[in-house]
Amino acid sequence: MKRGIVGYGAYIPYHRLQRSAIKDALGGGGGRGTRAVASYDEDAVSMAVEAGRHLLRSSETPTPAALYFSSATPPYLDKTNATAIHAALDLPGDVLATDMVGSARSVTGAVSAALHDRRPVLVAAGDVRSGRPGSGDEAALGDAGAAILIGTESQVAGAGAGGDAEVGGAPVIAEWLGGGSATGEFLDRWRQPGWDYSRVWEERFGEAMYGPLVADAVNDAFKSTELSAADVDLAIVSGLHARAIRSAPRSGGISAVPMAEDLTGSIGNAGSVHGLVALCNALDSAQPGQILMLVVLADGCDVMLFRTTDAIADYRPHATVAGQVEEGNDGLAYATFLTWRGFLDREPPRRPDPVPPAAPPSARRSDWKFAFKGSRDRSTGAVHLPPQRVSVKGGAVDDMELVPMANIEGTVATYTIDRLAYSPSPPTIAVVIDFDGGGRFTSELTDADPDEVEIGMRVAMTFRRMLTADGVHNYFWKATPIRH
Amino acid sequence: MGQQGIKDRVAIVGMGCTKFGEHWERSVDDMVIEAAHAAYDSAGIEQDDVDAFWLGTLGSGTSGLTISRPLKIDYKPVTRVENMCASGSEAFRNAAYAVASGAFDLVMAIGVEKLKDSGMSGLVGSPIPDDGTATNITAPASFSLLAPAYAEKYGVDSDTMKDVMTRIAWKNHYNGARNPRAQFQKEVSKETIAGAPLIAGQLGVFDCSGVSDGSAAAILCRAEDAHKYTDNPLYVKALAFTSGPAAGPLDPEYDYTTFNEVARCAADAYEQAGVTNPREEIAMAEVHDCFTPTELVLMEDLGFAERGTAWQEVLDGTFDLDGELPVNPDGGLKSFGHPIGASGLRMLFECWLQLRGEAPEERTIRSIEKGKTLALTHNLGGRPGECVSFASVVGSEIG
Repeated sequence: MKRGIVGYGAYIPYHRLQRSAIKDALGGGGGRGTRAVASYDEDAVSMAVEAGRHLLRSSETPTPAALYFSSATPPYLDKTNATAIHAALDLPGDVLATDMVGSARSVTGAVSAALHDRRPVLVAAGDVRSGRPGSGDEAALGDAGAAILIGTESQVAGAGAGGDAEVGGAPVIAEWLGGGSATGEFLDRWRQPGWDYSRVWEERFGEAMYGPLVADAVNDAFKSTELSAADVDLAIVSGLHARAIRSAPRSGGISAVPMAEDLTGSIGNAGSVHGLVALCNALDSAQPGQILMLVVLADGCDVMLFRTTDAIADYRPHATVAGQVEEGNDGLAYATFLTWRGFLDREPPRRPDPVPPAAPPSARRSDWKFAFKGSRDRSTGAVHLPPQRVSVKGGAVDDMELVPMANIEGTVATYTIDRLAYSPSPPTIAVVIDFDGGGRFTSELTDADPDEVEIGMRVAMTFRRMLTADGVHNYFWKATPIRH
Repeated sequence: MGQQGIKDRVAIVGMGCTKFGEHWERSVDDMVIEAAHAAYDSAGIEQDDVDAFWLGTLGSGTSGLTISRPLKIDYKPVTRVENMCASGSEAFRNAAYAVASGAFDLVMAIGVEKLKDSGMSGLVGSPIPDDGTATNITAPASFSLLAPAYAEKYGVDSDTMKDVMTRIAWKNHYNGARNPRAQFQKEVSKETIAGAPLIAGQLGVFDCSGVSDGSAAAILCRAEDAHKYTDNPLYVKALAFTSGPAAGPLDPEYDYTTFNEVARCAADAYEQAGVTNPREEIAMAEVHDCFTPTELVLMEDLGFAERGTAWQEVLDGTFDLDGELPVNPDGGLKSFGHPIGASGLRMLFECWLQLRGEAPEERTIRSIEKGKTLALTHNLGGRPGECVSFASVVGSEIG
């Protein structure tokens, strides 16, 4: 019985802010490199959905028994955020979807809970990190999503002992060997609900507090797994306390272990999900039989040890971290970044305020709104978006089957740039999409430059937060250019 | 079963039309009173002579009270109709049918809209609670989808397409400059039109109809009674309306270079009127030029130009005031703005003036000198691929 990682996927948003742009505007702050920026229509939930979609499209995976959404920046309180992810990923109704949110340690806790479970458990996480203009956090942090599916590989009759046994058709690609934890109550970083940024105590204090916790957690992990630093092929050290992270290898006695690429130069530190993103990146290029060590510093220290299996050689990530880092666009203007983050209150068009989606129609059409399912006329094959009861071809009534369209690509039939419509980031680009294999929908195009749109352009669908009105986040799908 | 039509059974015997514009000083009530009484005066009647009323408005009032209250109508039937941008024409259509049925002797159709009190740019709808998945684009953006699709299909390069759109706006402003009721009464140079800030796609400010307030009204009776009221009535030749499956946004076969609703509606209207060659037989047309690419596509859907050729006909001046088939001789939505409920009846008002030889000399179309006696009005509401369409043919002669 092997338990461990069955699937993974990371999501890095398209936009990058050059840190030098901060200094250019403010005369200070900034630094070198870039940080990943969630677009105005993305949040922790939408990025968790995209990471989950990458995971589900990477391999045949078992259906999870539970979905944990984790984030330090959840879009909702009271209302469960995980249900939107559950709906967008089209998971069965009997899957528990719940949140483990609020603190930087949440994601580690969710993964730990999943590992200690016996069922397949999906952890989908996302973080949107801001800092006050000119702050260290603003430049250093970044936005991303990550998803990991934990499962148990049970022996199947007739299967050899060589690891070709499967659970629900998917083998464990990185076996969980064990780990260790250490917890400490001290004031490192905090944020009241509603704040746009965190506050931190003097960093030398945190560094001093984390050192012994790292040592305890690492020792605990090695003791329980009967491994030593010499056995570890790659260590990922993550957390929001940059100074403590830098000294953690020494504190934990793992200075000799090769350190994984930390990605902060290109995407920034993606907060609570950064460890998972870095783990995904490591798995993208890992070879069978390697031991990976994940060390996360957040109000304590958590260590997890994994050993990649032969099955990882067959795992085909739908979108690698490196590929997404490569595809980023660093042309984002600092003023646009500030606007998206709500730090710059720009004049809106002279148009009515946006209205929130109404609850009953959203619930009635959840298959459409969240899972992007159309309906296909059984007699003619005509695909309808949104689903219709009466076929546009031939008029057959109630002879339709739902058809998932979220992963279907399409071609732009015609398009426009709407400079009048309300948008948090005008202008709105609208495209009429003809999907491969049938079906048409008029969609907003996101993560695109108005000048690059043309008839014939290839697009894919992406889950986004269209707008927020009256505190209601309107999640739906947009199109985005296929760039690879 | 079947569309029978009411050719020559109903006559228009009086009309009124306010100036269209930003009427900061005038309310819906004021405009209704002005248009209604102008129509009564035109027909030489009193309000009490009118047996029933039809009101078209999108959002300037609900129920018959919208006009019965300000006009102090003496306990008569008032029907308030809405069919998007065709609401005024819909009032006219239903009023005409009521007369044709024999239910009433004398009726009024009136349209009114007050847009400028909202304080917003462009049109403002009243949102119906929904699931938030409808694509949030404005009317100009929706209609701008026509331009690249048309250009692509017929091999018109982007600069030429812009010239065509500019030519349509220029022509309509030229006509509007000769109309004292228009919102904009001055010519606009092609350079100004083409150089205006973009609103949506290739559409600049001057490719969009204006936003204005206005009202227009018509008095209708049975054709045989027409001469009790006027020596020069207009006769209703055809009334067509289509509302379809809204297939365009669903069906990849729709290519955004036509309005199926309009083509079907026009065919119906021509059949009712006995028109076989609209380009030859129609003296003038008032069409729904909400945006310049709309007018371009309408020229083909209404049968005024072969598919793929309207862009050239526009550039050749076919639809100019002195052209072969003048389109929007009053200046169109372009010069009048588009107070939704009023526009259809405003179009009819121009037919009223032109076919009766009452248009000012500098705006008189030359096509009627060739003995043509028919005019067409057309509205559409909605957006490409999913709209409602109205078309009427009226004429100054019986038969």
